[in-house]
Amino acid sequence: MDLKRFVWSVLMVTEKNMRIYYYKGSVVIFGLLFPFIMFLTFFIGRDLDLVLFFPGFLGMMLFFSASSTGPLITPWEKREKTYERLVSLPVVIESIILGDILSGAVFGFVITTLVWLAGSFLLHLSLTNPAALVLALLLGSLAFAALGTLLSSPATDTPSNIMMFSNLVRLPLIFVSGIFIPLNKLGDWAWTNLLSPLTYLVDLFHTAITGDGVYSPVIDSAILIVVIIIFASGAKLIQQHNLHNGR
Amino acid sequence: MDIIEARNLKKSFGPVTAVDDVSLCVKKGEIFGFLGQNGAGKTTTIRMLTGVLIPDAGIVRICGVDILRDPLEAKMHMGIIPENGTVYADLTAEKNILWTAKCYGMDRRSREEKAKEILARLGLESRKDDLVRTFSKGMRQRISIACAIVHSPPVLFLDEPTTGLDVLSRRLVIDTVRHMNREGSTVLITTHNLEEANALCSRVSVIHRGKIIGTDSPEKIRKQFDTAGYIEVSFDRSVQGSMLVTGSISRAEPHGDKWRVYSDDTDWAIKALTRVAEQNNLKILSVATSTPSLEQAFIEMTEEA
Ligand SMILES: Nc1ncnc2c1ncn2[C@@H]1O[C@H](COP(=O)(O)OP(=O)(O)OP(=O)(O)O)[C@@H](O)[C@H]1O
Ligand SMILES: [Mg+2]
Repeated sequence: MDLKRFVWSVLMVTEKNMRIYYYKGSVVIFGLLFPFIMFLTFFIGRDLDLVLFFPGFLGMMLFFSASSTGPLITPWEKREKTYERLVSLPVVIESIILGDILSGAVFGFVITTLVWLAGSFLLHLSLTNPAALVLALLLGSLAFAALGTLLSSPATDTPSNIMMFSNLVRLPLIFVSGIFIPLNKLGDWAWTNLLSPLTYLVDLFHTAITGDGVYSPVIDSAILIVVIIIFASGAKLIQQHNLHNGR
Repeated sequence: MDIIEARNLKKSFGPVTAVDDVSLCVKKGEIFGFLGQNGAGKTTTIRMLTGVLIPDAGIVRICGVDILRDPLEAKMHMGIIPENGTVYADLTAEKNILWTAKCYGMDRRSREEKAKEILARLGLESRKDDLVRTFSKGMRQRISIACAIVHSPPVLFLDEPTTGLDVLSRRLVIDTVRHMNREGSTVLITTHNLEEANALCSRVSVIHRGKIIGTDSPEKIRKQFDTAGYIEVSFDRSVQGSMLVTGSISRAEPHGDKWRVYSDDTDWAIKALTRVAEQNNLKILSVATSTPSLEQAFIEMTEEA
């Protein structure tokens, strides 16, 4: 397969997604408003140190923003019947998956970077490890955009079903990822956090901003890369299967 | 060389065998018709030809490129109007065309020139900046066609492109197909409308329950069933059908105010009808002979199969 042509097809799918799906209601609600509301619910009326919790908030922000477009795109296109036409263009299933991941990742990356900038300005945050911040933003946005794409892969043409399903998966994750309770203060239940990929992203943000990450940034990054590969391959497997069944 | 070459395509969905050992060869410059009843397997075949559905068995080559081996290259050669596929409702008409052209790797200048030309050809210039969401079915179908032809593809696949369109839009679609064919595109079109197939196609294949039961020019397919010719005759008074059935006239059926008389020897039948009229003192008001239409041939073929 021609590599240049493949890369082009990925970019074209990305461009299409950015033009159409960034403006959909559910993306704005679950990708932007929701993490803010969660954050406010947690902090209003409590006497907590914002700076200490800011890395967790960034992690949650990136998690929700990056994983919000993915679950929408494929079900939406199947319902609107644009999917059939998309597959007949010079794209392959991998271009569609990577394009969906990339558009989700760009959304998450840009939003979270802005939130970080605003946070740094308002809270006078420090930056102890810039490289860890870049890694967190890059790998985190890719990983959770891949999660969103994986969630959208089961054959269905009902976007609202998939949005529901994806929130069913996403919501529990934020409680076991060291966002509201720091990793080292979790006691007996600490092991549950190890299962959540979000844990490693939040840890990476801790390393970057407050310098109190539990694991080394290399381990965090390696785990996020593995997670990206698993999610993307899962999406490919399911969508390939759909292609055989004509759905 | 065969521009579209499909060999022994098979596809089952669970217990349903949708396409069973279909082979097709379409030559450069042809307009090839694919006929069949509802559920015959036309769309399933087209989806496999265009790389949208993976066949259980068989191979497809488009311009000599195996679609399973190199889908990106094969798809560059084709333009497609899917049966149940539409363009993006959230983009404007022009944006849809421009984005599609970009997907095919066209440079900015030719994208813009081509989009302008096609929008004018399809009578949508004035609506180019409107979201497709606001378009009627016929207008959407025109944009769908615009996207399929923007890169002047060597092969054009159309799955029932005229279904549900009014006479004008239908004419526009047919004219566009002819135009693309003159400009060098090979066309594969499925349709229910046999007159359309008759008017457009140089060859047709008839598919029935997933199998191809005949491939020939529309005229030859019709000729195969030439024995079923009939004569329509009307008299000034009402007559009994049994009076008309003599010699080579096998049956007579009332048809509105006329009688439809079936015979395998039209010449003899007309003379016989004149004799009957003379003997019974009937005045013949009109006589018309008819060769069987493609539609009749089609019905007989699928009944035989
Ligand atoms: N994705 C699918 N899953 C299950 N069965 C399918 C699927 N697609 C097609 N079929 C079945 O395959 C058979 C052929 O369908 P197909 O759509 O190819 O017919 P068609 O000739 O295009 O009919 P029409 O003229 O109505 O469009 C039908 O029995 C249909 O029910
Ligand atoms: Mg069909």
